[in-house]
Amino acid sequence: MSTGTKRRTMNLNMGPQHPATHGVLRVELELDGEIVVKATPHIGYLHTGIEKTAESKLYYKVIPTTDRMDYLSPMSNNLGYCLAVEKLLGIEVPEKVQYVRVLLTELTRVMSHLVWIGTHAMDIGALTMVLYAFRERETIVDLYEAVSGQRMMSTYFRIGGLAYELPKDFDQKVNVILKRIPEGMKDYERLLNDNKIFRKRTIGVGVISPEDAINCGFTGPCLRGSGVNYDVRKANPYSGYEKFDFDVPLGKNCDTYDRFLVRVEEMRQSLRIAKQALDGLPEGPYRAHVPGVVLPPKEDVLSKMESLIFHFKLITEGFKPPKGAVYQAIEAPKGELGFFISSDGSNKPHRMRVRPPSFVNLSALPKLVEGRLIADVVACIGSIDIVLGEVDR
Amino acid sequence: MEEKLREFFESNFKDALVREDNFRGQQSFYIKREHLVDVCQALQTDTDLEFKFLSDITSLDWLGDLYEKEGRFEVIYNLFSLKHKYRFFVKVRLPEDDPVIDSLTSLWMTANWLEREVNDLMGIEFTGHPDPRKILTPDDLEGHPLRKDFPLTYEVPQFSFNKDEPPEVIL
Repeated sequence: MSTGTKRRTMNLNMGPQHPATHGVLRVELELDGEIVVKATPHIGYLHTGIEKTAESKLYYKVIPTTDRMDYLSPMSNNLGYCLAVEKLLGIEVPEKVQYVRVLLTELTRVMSHLVWIGTHAMDIGALTMVLYAFRERETIVDLYEAVSGQRMMSTYFRIGGLAYELPKDFDQKVNVILKRIPEGMKDYERLLNDNKIFRKRTIGVGVISPEDAINCGFTGPCLRGSGVNYDVRKANPYSGYEKFDFDVPLGKNCDTYDRFLVRVEEMRQSLRIAKQALDGLPEGPYRAHVPGVVLPPKEDVLSKMESLIFHFKLITEGFKPPKGAVYQAIEAPKGELGFFISSDGSNKPHRMRVRPPSFVNLSALPKLVEGRLIADVVACIGSIDIVLGEVDR
Repeated sequence: MEEKLREFFESNFKDALVREDNFRGQQSFYIKREHLVDVCQALQTDTDLEFKFLSDITSLDWLGDLYEKEGRFEVIYNLFSLKHKYRFFVKVRLPEDDPVIDSLTSLWMTANWLEREVNDLMGIEFTGHPDPRKILTPDDLEGHPLRKDFPLTYEVPQFSFNKDEPPEVIL
């Protein structure tokens, strides 16, 4: 280069329509050759105002909208919302409900991680992975259909319990999952763990130190990939997680490969919890008995006058929690999913705030990619596992 | 932990504390807005408390509420201590005509996007924020949707046959 010429950088828009950005994320990259000098994520393309929508709905009518945030793990969102409202009302659910919720949310975690493992590996170049991962995911989607009648937007959890009784072949269906997925996982590990290309693309890429990870607000597998032991299920157990025996896998090298290993191990632990929940599944009602908040049994509605009145009043007017605000965090597949619900004493939420794990994790993307190659951006976006439906809400 | 926090506020920030509140076992402290950064920095660096994790920033609009005279807006900082596995809230009430508060981006990188979101949706200004752009809503949207006085109206879509007519707003 002759003296006097200025070294110029190039601006490149990655997305919003780009297969590796997992939806409609736009990353504005300033490039010096192939090195990323500056990365600026732009979001909001999928903003649907779910928080505002909730303010004009009765409490129980908000549940279907929560499905649509993180659409790869709908039951986790349902659980977070239902637990928050139950906390606001101060009601307890039967033990059976807790077990079923734990079982289904753990399988949801496996389902979400299966989509992640498929798409992440596909972004990096292992194209066949997504086919294998979706093959196993299908078993869990079948279970969703069996319990709720829906394959994706299940809306199965209700405030104070579940929507319906479990189907008769529930045990059998869960057993199929518990058998099929470990077999599939052997395949994935054979394909990826020692795959030269996969290792080269992930080891040492997107390194973030534990202190920075905490400061950036990382949660979930991203934080644990950096070796920080924080799992909401262990730290502040909810829905009876203290009764289950499981380990929290931690990474050492704080890079993309460690986050991969953490998630794969997490799937194993989730299956372990699911097995314990299935084995110990107690008998009992599938809803709490809280008149005025939880619907009365259908047989009573059809035969008793009082139950019919309760049913009608609950559907038309809803219920009125006391004035106050609660925050309930759960360990969603992507990290700490928090629901902050403020009540002003009326039958609709005064304000519902969702603390989306993907949103906070994504805000640290520039920290992961700046100074690295443009090809690493794809690996980094994949490794923080974002769902734009949840980022934008 | 509530005792420890009370002691912390009593000994270090006696004049910053307005009142405290406990609902369903969750503790919150209302403080004056001038002291926000000092309080948060002290909580973050305190070797015993170690509130190193800023979980969330959110805001409420108390328009038309009984307690509106305390300030229409409420900004809520959700702090978590990884050491004690304990969560509590720092709350600040802001008046309607001057919803401005200091930014926490110097302490936590998380605050960057969370404050941008509160600014975008609730219209609270954060002084000292390095990048105060809109984040979720389109650039041409005026107003802040999460405010209670944001009109919930429906606009008739503009087609070629009615593009010259003024948009009709259905209430």
